[in-house]
Amino acid sequence: MYGFEAMTFNIHGGYLEAVVRGHRSGLLTAADYNNLCQCETLDDIKMHLSATEYGPYLQNEPSPLYTTTIVEKCTLKLVDEYKHMLTQATEPLSTFLEYIRYGHMIDNVVLIVTGTLHERDVQELLEKCHPLGMFDSIASLAVAQNMRELYRLVLVDTPLAPYFSECISSEDLDDMNIEIMRNTLYKAYLEDFYRFCQKLGGATAEIMSDLLAFEADRRAVNITINSIGTELTRDDRRKLYSNFGLLYPYGQEELAVCEDIDQVRGAMEKYPPYQSIFSKLTYGESQILDKAFYEEEVKRLCLAFEQQVRFQELPIQIDSCAMRNLPD
Amino acid sequence: MVASSSSWSQALVQISPYTFSAIGIAISIGVSVLGAAWGIYITGSSLIGAAIKAPRITSKNLISGKPLHGTNIDVDLCRENHLHAPVICISNVVEVERHWFLLFLLNLWYYCYNSCEPHPSLSVIFCEAVAIYGVIVAIILQTKLESVPSSKMYDPESLRAGYAIFASGVIVGFANLVCGLCVGIIGSSCALSDAQNSSLFVKILVIEIFGSALGLFGVIVGIIMSAQATWPNN
Repeated sequence: MYGFEAMTFNIHGGYLEAVVRGHRSGLLTAADYNNLCQCETLDDIKMHLSATEYGPYLQNEPSPLYTTTIVEKCTLKLVDEYKHMLTQATEPLSTFLEYIRYGHMIDNVVLIVTGTLHERDVQELLEKCHPLGMFDSIASLAVAQNMRELYRLVLVDTPLAPYFSECISSEDLDDMNIEIMRNTLYKAYLEDFYRFCQKLGGATAEIMSDLLAFEADRRAVNITINSIGTELTRDDRRKLYSNFGLLYPYGQEELAVCEDIDQVRGAMEKYPPYQSIFSKLTYGESQILDKAFYEEEVKRLCLAFEQQVRFQELPIQIDSCAMRNLPD
Repeated sequence: MVASSSSWSQALVQISPYTFSAIGIAISIGVSVLGAAWGIYITGSSLIGAAIKAPRITSKNLISGKPLHGTNIDVDLCRENHLHAPVICISNVVEVERHWFLLFLLNLWYYCYNSCEPHPSLSVIFCEAVAIYGVIVAIILQTKLESVPSSKMYDPESLRAGYAIFASGVIVGFANLVCGLCVGIIGSSCALSDAQNSSLFVKILVIEIFGSALGLFGVIVGIIMSAQATWPNN
């Protein structure tokens, strides 16, 4: 019953919900950002951050700091908090938290495969992987030559295995196929996550559906724009769109036949939530689109957090947004 | 005796009024305590999590009776125990008809004592007060039980007394159940928001006071109801 969840939610989730809400006070505020903007060197940044929640993570770093170190340590904080929550959670919250990791896993897999293709060192690639998406056999991804091997050797033991059914082929891995693989996996993951949330019902289903639909639509637009001018056929493009979301099915039909950005605009302007995003763009600029989508995502996440709600992957995302906003 | 021909009503009046009374007393204490416990765990789990980032709410929340200004006494639990003792004394000593008024006064005293400095322990105290209401009413009800000779056990007046005690117990029990739940959920939100912003505490407390009045209504009606429980004279 929607509304009576408060009576029993606290048995399993009360502690974690309170912990997550506590993290909100640890996010960097506008004043912090102002201070950071006025910093001249990386050591200044480290000093300013030492007063915030990220302090303990940066304390032990030796003096010649690199930007990557700062980002890495802040990400580490996020990962630590996430792991704490994961160990404290019971079903179905633990499954929900695991779902958050799958997206990062997919990104890591693609990163390593692409890197191997371009003859980079495996260790270097492993360091660049997102910590939330690590799994045991990730290093052996470098060995695979085509997708079937990739699946058979490595991925069949991971949670990503069910997402592979649509994209196993014997083709060799090249840039184009890797991108297609990434998008196919992500589509399967989003749909699975969506089904899971629907099964949970109540406030979780409502809020997560909204967020996932936005994510699906955003990816559809990105796929469209990135595949303009490439050899991706319209059918292939259509196969990469998710089967839920505001754009499903009519918007996706229109997007599938778009050949340039203005046509994409035309298709998207029929949907009021996206119209405001696209109206910020002047003609021909696609870099700002990413930023606009990102801002919209953060806004929706904040709204969802404000609502008295359960299953909060959202604050985790907010945390990650806070860190991404570090200068440079 | 009842002149109805329904077999159900005949079966019901054959049940001893003492059975009804006993069940009423059991429900009064049992279900009230269920409500109090439910409320306390709801508040408590949020409190623990929120206190990680804002430890100041624990020291106030779990221990009752923050001392007034000028004293440096460590807050202690025995103070809370002393609060219970007068309650029990009163309920055993004073006559029935004046109970509801005294209980009202007792509650006022509770609130005033604990409101000297507003602090989050009130959430847990309100929940516990719900259990105390159940105990008080159970004790009052058990003083209402009298022995009647078996010839009079199924007289209408006996039945009436039995039903009155049963009803009183059910009223108090279920009113306290929902009151405990209500106060618990509000207390959880109170802890979470107090952790972020201390000024919100008092505002949410007002909502909690209204919520805790629900239990009080139940107790008042229950006690008035139990005043009806007069067994036939020997």
